[in-house]
Amino acid sequence: MVIPGQTPPTNLDEFLEGIWKQNPVFVMVLGLCPALAVTVSAVNALAMGAATTFVLLGSALLVSLMRRIVPREVRIATYIVIIATFVTIVDYLIAAISLELYEALGAFIQLIVVNCMILGRAEAHASKFAPGRALINALGMGIGFSIGLFALGSVREILGAGTLFGVPLFGPDFQPWVVMVLPPGGFFVLGAWLLLFNWWRNRKPAPREPVVAAGEASHG
Amino acid sequence: MSEATLQPVTPSAAMIRTLGLVATVCGILLVLTYQNTLEAINANKRVALERAVFKVIPGAHSMKAFHVGKAGLVPEGGAVPAGAVKFYAAYDQAGQLRGLAAEAAAMGYADMVRVLYAYNPAKQAIDGFGVVGHRETPGIGDKIIFDKAFLKNFEALDARLGAAGDALANPIRVVKNGGKQNPWEIDAISGATVTSRAVARGINDSAQKLVPLLAPHLDKLQGGQ
Amino acid sequence: MTQPLRLELRTAPHVVKGTSVERIMFHVVLALLPICAFAVWQYGLSALALMLTVVATCLLTERLFNRLSSTASTLSDWSATITGLLLALTLPPSFPLWMGVVAGFAAIALGKALFGGIGYNVFNPALVGRAFVQAAFPVAITTWVPAQFPGRFSEFVPTTLTAPLMIPPDITAWVKGHVVDGFTGATPLARWKFENQVADFGDMLSGVSAASVGETSALLVLVCGLYLAARRFLDWRIPAAILGSALLLALLFHLFDPTRFPPPYFVLLSGGLVLGAVFMATDMATSPVTPLGVWIYGILIGVTTVMIRYFGGLTEGIMYAILLGNALTPLIDQVTQPRVFGAGKGKKA
Repeated sequence: MVIPGQTPPTNLDEFLEGIWKQNPVFVMVLGLCPALAVTVSAVNALAMGAATTFVLLGSALLVSLMRRIVPREVRIATYIVIIATFVTIVDYLIAAISLELYEALGAFIQLIVVNCMILGRAEAHASKFAPGRALINALGMGIGFSIGLFALGSVREILGAGTLFGVPLFGPDFQPWVVMVLPPGGFFVLGAWLLLFNWWRNRKPAPREPVVAAGEASHG
Repeated sequence: MSEATLQPVTPSAAMIRTLGLVATVCGILLVLTYQNTLEAINANKRVALERAVFKVIPGAHSMKAFHVGKAGLVPEGGAVPAGAVKFYAAYDQAGQLRGLAAEAAAMGYADMVRVLYAYNPAKQAIDGFGVVGHRETPGIGDKIIFDKAFLKNFEALDARLGAAGDALANPIRVVKNGGKQNPWEIDAISGATVTSRAVARGINDSAQKLVPLLAPHLDKLQGGQ
Repeated sequence: MTQPLRLELRTAPHVVKGTSVERIMFHVVLALLPICAFAVWQYGLSALALMLTVVATCLLTERLFNRLSSTASTLSDWSATITGLLLALTLPPSFPLWMGVVAGFAAIALGKALFGGIGYNVFNPALVGRAFVQAAFPVAITTWVPAQFPGRFSEFVPTTLTAPLMIPPDITAWVKGHVVDGFTGATPLARWKFENQVADFGDMLSGVSAASVGETSALLVLVCGLYLAARRFLDWRIPAAILGSALLLALLFHLFDPTRFPPPYFVLLSGGLVLGAVFMATDMATSPVTPLGVWIYGILIGVTTVMIRYFGGLTEGIMYAILLGNALTPLIDQVTQPRVFGAGKGKKA
């Protein structure tokens, strides 16, 4: 990421990277499985964002601490063990906090483990930098991911149920757009957001930096 | 010098050591979390189950889970006999039996529809109904949760034991909206026939097994023990 | 550049004929007009308002995307008009107008403009719009009113004028007040599926049973289709393959178990099979071009429709069958490419 001869990014750059320039949902288009599956309401979206952020932070810290002692050959195995640990922890925590939320998010909490954004962060960032920077970057990514999920979740909740955070917006006679809480609705809304984002980015004078940094894990 | 030549690029020992260290650290983290959340999770599950059971059996104050099989009645926690059916007995504040509840499930339009129904041994009827989990189409299938006319089916749904004692006298079945003539029939929701049918099939399958098994043991459940 | 770029893909031999997209499309509109007129006679003001709303939405959406992509207006090629008319014909007559606007927008925006406009769309735009509102408003799209109800030329069905974004009112009571003998609020297909009753042959032929705006009279749709086929504006093999395969399969099922499966004429006359086969499956951009491919495509749609109707959760299957056929069209075209004359069998060079 850091090219010799350039000024190294400041902490603020590091933090903002995930929120804007490399937003996991809108720019890198990573972690689509939870982004499409659980964003039927704003609360679910934020909960999934928070759970993912927790896993990102925990794995970034541990990967970064161990970066000097992990041999190259077994690094992926190590990252996966670490990520799986934090996913299991967050799974227990959510079940302890609210069973209702746990059932709403369903299998997708466990599936955070296959969210390639997290492995991508461990491989591309946390394994190369000190814990402080790795945490800042992970927090930015986590918040960026949460913003992406919230953007999807809020639109789907407003159209699909006529509410936002459970508060009715249009009165009792609102006709819900059922398709929005079904899987196709997730694709429609994501497509619309991507359209908006690309249109917005393209109308600015020619961007110079490549959009997706090399070394990111591909979506899986 | 000897150390440098002995070590290959990445010695296996280093890999094993690292993986071992990672596994240990992660293991400790997991055990700590598990220990600290176990109580809260179990409490949550108990509360959720109680809330569901108390909803279908109004006036209930406490509950116990049992398995009933051919061999007899076993409280939850004991060895479960083969072919046993699980149910919950709910008691009021005085310790009197208020009713029994059991889970039922059948394939609906999109996925399994899981419901909880209350069986009243005195009336020999099903007199309570709640949905535990479903993935039916919002706006159509999910009417089974709140449609008043549909819920009325479960105020006194006949579940009498047949003369032979091994099945219900009349199988619980769904009829088309507005066609209910007998107390063991369920009036389907217009437009949500598939989901209504799933509810009826699930309850019928469950009650056909539970009620005959339960009949010889009803007196043992009275009075909370 | 006033003329839009025209690219037609045809297998050899290439013969120049004096047809153009506009001319074909215009004749399709002409052929649709009798069906629309019959629908207005059946359902009155509500059907008329729905058709006008949907067509206007389609035209406006088309214009909007012309603007956004800075291309010349494509309104004059009639294709958006056809999309709007076909879409309206597949909706129930009681469909609220604001939902018609959603359907029209989804048809042109999702079904056509995002793929690059006319000729580039993978799916039939009208069916994309229909599928979208089917998934979005499952209750409204299965609410039916009786055909030829009294007072249809002087009043709207109460649901038609539902305020935007709001739930349409319950019209059960209204329908009871306008009842035409024995109307149960279900289409013949739904009555067969859930109550095992086969509707009367004469009723279905003349189109007095509950149905979508343009689905009531299969006979009229067939006549209009014959006109287009006779003028060579549509490939007669597609409807022939769809209807033929559906009839044959229905006959086999009926012979196998006459108590469970309805007689073949029921399959032909109920629902939107004929409308879909004649006007939607034949969309040139979304159907195969090779002669063998056309037959495969048609049979696939016919068989899928019957299978969905008999064994699926839905009562009607033609919409998803055609969309599936659309999706497979590139593949069908590829595997049925005729061999180049003179080239050897087997592996390509």
